[in-house]
Parts: sequence; C-alpha cells; structure tokens
Amino acid sequence: MQTLTNRAKIVERKPMSMGERMYLPAIFKGMWITFKHIFRKKATINYPEQKRPFSPVFRGLHVLNRDAEGRENCTACGLCAVACPAEAITMEAAERKPGEEHLYREEKYAAKYEINMLRCIFCGLCEEACPKDAIYLSETFAPANYQRQGFIYGKDDLLIPNPVTEPEAYQKALGGRVVKEMTH
Amino acid sequence: MSEQKPLVKVTIDNITIDVAPGTTILNAARTIGGDVTPPAMCYYSKLEGSGGKCRTCLVEVAAGSTADPRPMPKLVASCRTTVMDGMVVKNCTSERVKDARNGVVEFLLMNHPLDCPICDQAGECHLQDLGYQHGKEGTRFEFARRTFEKIDIGPYIQLHMTRCILCYRCTYVADQLTPKRVHGILQRGDHAEISTYIARAIDNDFSGNMIDVCPVGALTDKTFRFKNRVWFTKPVDAHRDCTTPGCCGKTTLWLRGEEVYRVTSRKDEWGEVQSFDGKPGWICNSCRFDHKKATDWVIEGPTVISRHSVISQGHYVGMVKPAETIEKVMDGRTPKLLMDIHSVSEVNTKQEVK
Repeated sequence: MQTLTNRAKIVERKPMSMGERMYLPAIFKGMWITFKHIFRKKATINYPEQKRPFSPVFRGLHVLNRDAEGRENCTACGLCAVACPAEAITMEAAERKPGEEHLYREEKYAAKYEINMLRCIFCGLCEEACPKDAIYLSETFAPANYQRQGFIYGKDDLLIPNPVTEPEAYQKALGGRVVKEMTH
Repeated sequence: MSEQKPLVKVTIDNITIDVAPGTTILNAARTIGGDVTPPAMCYYSKLEGSGGKCRTCLVEVAAGSTADPRPMPKLVASCRTTVMDGMVVKNCTSERVKDARNGVVEFLLMNHPLDCPICDQAGECHLQDLGYQHGKEGTRFEFARRTFEKIDIGPYIQLHMTRCILCYRCTYVADQLTPKRVHGILQRGDHAEISTYIARAIDNDFSGNMIDVCPVGALTDKTFRFKNRVWFTKPVDAHRDCTTPGCCGKTTLWLRGEEVYRVTSRKDEWGEVQSFDGKPGWICNSCRFDHKKATDWVIEGPTVISRHSVISQGHYVGMVKPAETIEKVMDGRTPKLLMDIHSVSEVNTKQEVK
C-alpha cells in the first residue's frame, strides 16, 4: 500500500514469538529504563526551598519606591493609571502637611494607592510612565489568595521598606538589583 | 455705520484672507485657524489691554504692505501688530519663528518648577502644550530657580507663585470684571510676583475667573486642589439659572461618576472663555465653588474635547462600530432564534424578547 507520508507505520499482525509471550523480558527492559533515570539530572526543583533565577527583564509584583532618605517618591500624578491598559491602578492624592517632609518627597502624595493584581497584566507601562521613579516591577509573584479582595494591593503591601529605619529589609526587597540614585 | 471701511488683504503662511482694518495678525490668523495660528500665553481676546508680554506669538513679516513691501527687520508680536493691506506673514513656514519660539519657551521655563506631576493644571496647561510643541528637550539654565513663600489669598483660589509666567491676565480680570482689584504685580524684573497687599484675601463675585484665564498652574481651584487629575474627570456642558448679574450660568462640569469635582467656564478652541451672544461667558464664584452637586445643574451633554488632548482619553469620540451584516447576507430576513434563553433557563422570563 502506498502511504501519503513516511511517518505511517504498518502494523504487523503476526502471532507473538516465544519471548514475547513470556512478558518478563519486556518488563525487565522497562524497569531498567526507570532505574537509569534515578542517576539522571532532575528536571524539576523543590520550589519553595529552591528558586530559579529570573530573567533580567522579568516583571513581577509592583514596588513603590522610596528615595535615599526614606521618603515616598510617589506624588499621585496619575500617569501610571492613565498608562495602564488594564485599568488596574487607582489612587487618591493628599497634600503634604508641614512637618511631614521626612515622609513624602513632594508637596502632594498618594494617600491611597491600589493595584488590582487580578486586573494587572504585568506589562510594565506604569514603570515606564512614572516621572518620579516611584513604581517598579520586582522579581516576585503575586501569591495565591482565597478572596478577590486579597489581590487588591494597597500602599502597605506595595511600599518598599524604609532604607533608613530598616536597612536590612530594604536590601532584601531590592534583591540583586542595583539602584541608581536619581539626580533631581 | 454708513461708511464701511474696505477690508484689507493679508497673507499668512500662503493663505490669503480679507479682514477688517485694525485687526491684529493673531486675530487674523485665528480666523484661518489650525497650525497657522501662533500660540499665545498672555494675550486674551476677552480682556482689554492684554498681550505683548510673553513673546510666544512672534511671527515674521515678509512684506509690510502693498505700499511698502519691505520686510520687517525683526520678528513682531502678532497679538499687538495690526495688519496692513498686502501684508505677508510667515508663521509656521518660517525657520526664524520656530527658532525664536524655542528660545521663548526656554525663557518661560527658566524659572518654572516643572512640577507637572503635582500641578492640578497638568493636562490642560497651555505652557505644557507649548513646551511639547515648540520647546527643546533640555535646558541650559544651571542656576537655582526662584522660589517663593506660600501666600494664602483666600479660601477659593490657590496661588503658586513659582509656576507663574507673569502674563498679567489675572490682574486684567480683576480690573475689568471685579469692582476693586486687591492684587497685582509687586517688584520688578526677576523679583516680580503676583500678590495681594499684605496677603489680603481676594474676595468678590468674579475672582474665580482668574483661575480660568491663568495659562499655567499658578492660580488653581482650591476646592479641587489635589482631588483628582484632569484626565480622569469627564467634562460635560451644563447650565443653571444664576441670579448674579453678569454671570452667564453656562459652565463645564468636570465629573467623575456622579460627583462634580470642578466647575469651570466653557472654553473655546483657543483656550479662552466662550462668548455667548457676543458677551464673554464669565461665571460667578457661586456657580464655580458652591454648586458642586449634579442636581444643581441642567446637563446638556459631553463637552467636545480635542482628540489630541489627554482629557479625551477613554472618550472614544468618532468610534466606528462594525455594522450588523446578518440581515444583508440573508436577503433582508432576520434570523429566527430556535431557542430563547429566557424560556430555556426560565430566568427573566418577563423580559421582552427581541
């Protein structure tokens, strides 16, 4: 019979030979293949203990940045929200009162800043739009949650630790990244 | 009225029009519209005596008139120069004008703090537009920008002197719209600043119009301060019967959802207050600051916003929806649905079946 492609295999339907009828050689052959794999390199890792390195362009969970003095960079200008194609970002602005200069870098700050991680598509346009160096996409996943409410990340979830008061936590949050000091 | 003066011919960027004698080049260019019109930061057609200060409207006059066709040696301020018969003006076709405008923008931005992310005017700021259209990216200014102590000028208007470009428009509003002016320019040169006499509150019925005429964010609405960004609010035209004499009652409401965030007067294509029946549509402070409920107003419809403005983001003006083609391919018969979702699921069975 002529085949259309060379991939088709003609099944031979001849009766089994003596060796095939005994089954055991085939079983031992299969077990040998299984046994060989014990000494091979594993394709998987034990995830929570071991982690794979991210690619340098990986975009994960957002971080709201602080400057070297520990003041929040975000001024609630709304450019990230207007750039966001998924409309995941909402914010409310407030005016900095006298005496709060150590908390916020500019005259205006974000009193409320929320990102809906279910809406977010991690495109990084907010990071590109930000004129104040305030939002960055880090190398973290959004962890699973049981409620939708748990995926709406507020300021207390997003803000990076204060580099002045908690330098270790700040370094940990930075990961392996080098922060460039913004000349402003 | 019996003797009508003959119209004069003027050519602006190779477009010839007839205008009345005594018209300024800027106003002649505005009758053409589009790119031909020079930008203006200080000139305001509804305010007498404005113009001639910012130099953004500089144009090149290639031929003075038919009688004297020599070109003018220097660029002229189009808001203060009247047209002559046979005048040839170059605006966007002239390299000299483009270069001069770059320089003017650099001058205007010299002391400007560039705090657009904070400023409430961002998105509808004339200086922002001018900077994008005519400015250069970098600055050569290496010195400290001038700063000012904050001055409280009343409960409604927020003054940011650092952002001011000294266009004098707000002082003309105070002179021409309100009975008594209590603010003005103090000092001179680099020290010049808008202020009131010993921080006296600006308090009269039409002071709010200063916010509308301010081309930058130097005078902003205190009741809207940091409440929202301009491009997240949706503008609608609205009116109410205002009893204040001189108030036209026709405004633009800036809504988000049902909430009125801000009330401004209606703007025309030049960013100036619209005229109604030949009178500029100034609005009173009661309309602007006290009526911030949607029920106070009769809403006429959405305000037409330029497609290029950031304010029109998400408005989808002129959207073309694909036409329904089923009827066309079925020779005019509408398709009959075999199963109706309401009768199958027995949910919402009262709903009208289309």
